Amino acid sequence: MSEPAVKMNWFQTLRERYAHPGALSKIGVLGMNRRNVSYISRYNPRHLFPLVDDKLQTKELALEAGVKVPDLIGVISEQHAVKELSHILQRCNSGFCIKPAHGSGGKGIMVITRQSEEGYRKSNGQFATISDLERHISNILAGLFSLGGRADVAIIEDLIHFDDCFSGFSYEGVPDTRIIVFRGFPVMAMMRLSTADSNGKANLHQGAVGVGLDIGDGHALRAVQFDKPILLHPDTGLNMMTLKVPHWEEVLTLAVSCYEMSGLGYLGTDIVLDRFKGPMLLELNARPGLTIQIANGKGLLPRLRQIESLSHKKRMSVADRVAYAREHFTDHR
Amino acid sequence: MASRTPFYILVSLLFLAGTALTLHRHIAFDIPWFPGEQRQTWSIEAKVDFEADGNPVTARLAIPNTQPGFTQLNQQTASPGYGLSFVERETGTYAEWSIREANGDQSLYYKVDMLVDPFAIPDEQVIVPSAKPNVEKEPYATAAQMILDRAIERSSSNYTLARELIHEFNNQQQTAELLAQVKPKTAWISQLLQEAGVPARRIHALELEDGRRRQSLIEYLQVFDETEYEVFNPETGEQGQAENMLLWQYHSGPVLEVIGATNAQVSFSMISQEQPFNIALNQKFADNEWLNFSLYTLPLEEQAIFKGILLIPVGVLIVVLMRILVGIKTSGTFMPVLIAMAFIQTSLMTGLIGFLLIVGVGLMIRSYLSYLNLLLVARISAVIIMVIGMIAIFSIIAYKFGLTEGMKITFFPMIILAWTIERMSILWEEEGAKQVMIQGGGSLLVAILAYMAMNLDWVRHLTFNFMGIQLILMALTLVAGSYTGYRLLELKRFKPLTKLDKS
Repeated sequence: MSEPAVKMNWFQTLRERYAHPGALSKIGVLGMNRRNVSYISRYNPRHLFPLVDDKLQTKELALEAGVKVPDLIGVISEQHAVKELSHILQRCNSGFCIKPAHGSGGKGIMVITRQSEEGYRKSNGQFATISDLERHISNILAGLFSLGGRADVAIIEDLIHFDDCFSGFSYEGVPDTRIIVFRGFPVMAMMRLSTADSNGKANLHQGAVGVGLDIGDGHALRAVQFDKPILLHPDTGLNMMTLKVPHWEEVLTLAVSCYEMSGLGYLGTDIVLDRFKGPMLLELNARPGLTIQIANGKGLLPRLRQIESLSHKKRMSVADRVAYAREHFTDHR
Repeated sequence: MASRTPFYILVSLLFLAGTALTLHRHIAFDIPWFPGEQRQTWSIEAKVDFEADGNPVTARLAIPNTQPGFTQLNQQTASPGYGLSFVERETGTYAEWSIREANGDQSLYYKVDMLVDPFAIPDEQVIVPSAKPNVEKEPYATAAQMILDRAIERSSSNYTLARELIHEFNNQQQTAELLAQVKPKTAWISQLLQEAGVPARRIHALELEDGRRRQSLIEYLQVFDETEYEVFNPETGEQGQAENMLLWQYHSGPVLEVIGATNAQVSFSMISQEQPFNIALNQKFADNEWLNFSLYTLPLEEQAIFKGILLIPVGVLIVVLMRILVGIKTSGTFMPVLIAMAFIQTSLMTGLIGFLLIVGVGLMIRSYLSYLNLLLVARISAVIIMVIGMIAIFSIIAYKFGLTEGMKITFFPMIILAWTIERMSILWEEEGAKQVMIQGGGSLLVAILAYMAMNLDWVRHLTFNFMGIQLILMALTLVAGSYTGYRLLELKRFKPLTKLDKS
């Protein structure tokens, strides 16, 4: 191969693999640096971070504000209190979930679907003993799952009985809806569905499927796994495009009310649908990731800018803002 | 949004001030931009420590003169309250401090600048010591004679005799041990040489290496042939004077004598400075210190520390660029800089191998620790102790195999290593080996880049000689911190979005 040909090839590969920055900015893709400088540090006051970084505080805040959250079964905050675990667990006779108050990215969450004589049945079908649970809690307390290893608190909360409408879309694990709420407007949404690859976790970089949702009515726009578009669920083979989140208006209203409740201008809300109780807030995130853009096939910037340029947003009620977003951020195809 | 104007003004001010300071240093003091255009001088500082107990104290330290390879430029002492004179004696030149009454720990400093100068003209003629036989007690006399006879048999000249004597001492372990009971090996060798009619003496030399602190003198053997002489390493028998070897005491006298105090010792710090030849020569005549704000006015030991510290901003800037512009994930924000600092001490290959060995083995042991269900602080403490143990074992193994390079592993910051192992291990448990490779590899990649930047000769030269560079680095960091464009790796990550746009 001659010298220029090699050079051309190399250049070709580069162009195939990497996007031109101009092309990305034309679509309005939000990058990590701009997210940090222009959105998080500008719209999220530092002193509000602890509210969302600590799931216990978030829960208390939500209860105060009347936002629906999974019931709290118990809290273990001291090593010596770990022994009381079995006592606490007697209070609930069905499934529950143990999580660290300061965990991020789904780290350290243990889901028990059923209690029986055989032990505690985990979401992946294996059984755990009471001492397994105690060890897990003790790890949480020592700060294994919290950022920087600082001492943490274990929260035990009621299991979410996720809505049947998602069966077949998620392989083990709870499917949740992530909605980015910017200054009180829902700007982009996606559903995170766990797969066999992701080990029942809803983290996209671990192989969970991200499904972009239409803000207008909550139907699926496109689905991606490992940043690549897919049509069928890799485990169940279901067509992802048939997914549509029920109670959409309610879901959006719940997400938007988190803005009032937390005061954060740029917010990621994780919402689950409970079969009995409807939409519930699972978690808030003050630094939501950017993969939602890949799941939606769209950049966030145009919508963020549209909200920033609205002049009368202060006077709009929750319902107004939901209606505005449903009208403007829908996909007219 | 708050106005960005003050920010840009600040950045420009920093940048301008940095550039101005740098230019000023260049023009006013003629410090060149590149390390090559200059003469190397060594600043060597001897620190004499002793404990005084209220009595009159006299301290005498041998000091070097211009000698083949080195021209003495100037000398300074720091010794508040002490009287000082330089005395010439038969056994060389001495700095003599005296005081009527001193109490507690005392430190006296003597600093000399030596210019590396192949054309140095020694002030004094080399005086060949007269060979004087010495009478020894039995059985040492016989044992020594035996070694001498063997050496004479195998030698043909003064120098070869010296070499063979050293070899004999190394080969005949038992005899050597017997003789060592009376006096040190070097003393015996020089004495035996004199007995054989070869003028020889013990001298004290200093190995020059930039930025070293708390060094001590090494004993060498000086052997004469007529008026010529050669220097021998009494341990290996190696002949000749290395380029970086400065003779400190070469008249076979004592290096340090302290009367009226206890626990006297001397240690040396040294630093290599690059100076234009004309400045170096000017220093010969200028006694007064240049009145300027510069690191050169600090004691040498601190200067040596600063040489390292001033490099850190360069490494930090590399980390900033790699994270903000490229988007490489590292475990621990500035750990790569710390690893890079260790690499500078160990050299890259040794450092890399050492790092991978320790972290690799550490991860294996740590995976066992995780079964013990320990509390976090205790677990990390255990990892620290384990890391120290591993470093010790690797050093010993490396030494046994004759790899002295391997012992440099001790330069790694141990607490940092322990944290790295802990984080990697948690990462492994939670996200699998792939993430460990990505983050660990990212850290190492950034560390290697930082090392390469920090190890460049001209980067070291610029950061140490031009304080203004620090302000420029600061300005660059601030600019990088306000970059809101895409990271290089994001161009890859978001590539699927551009394809969608076209279809």
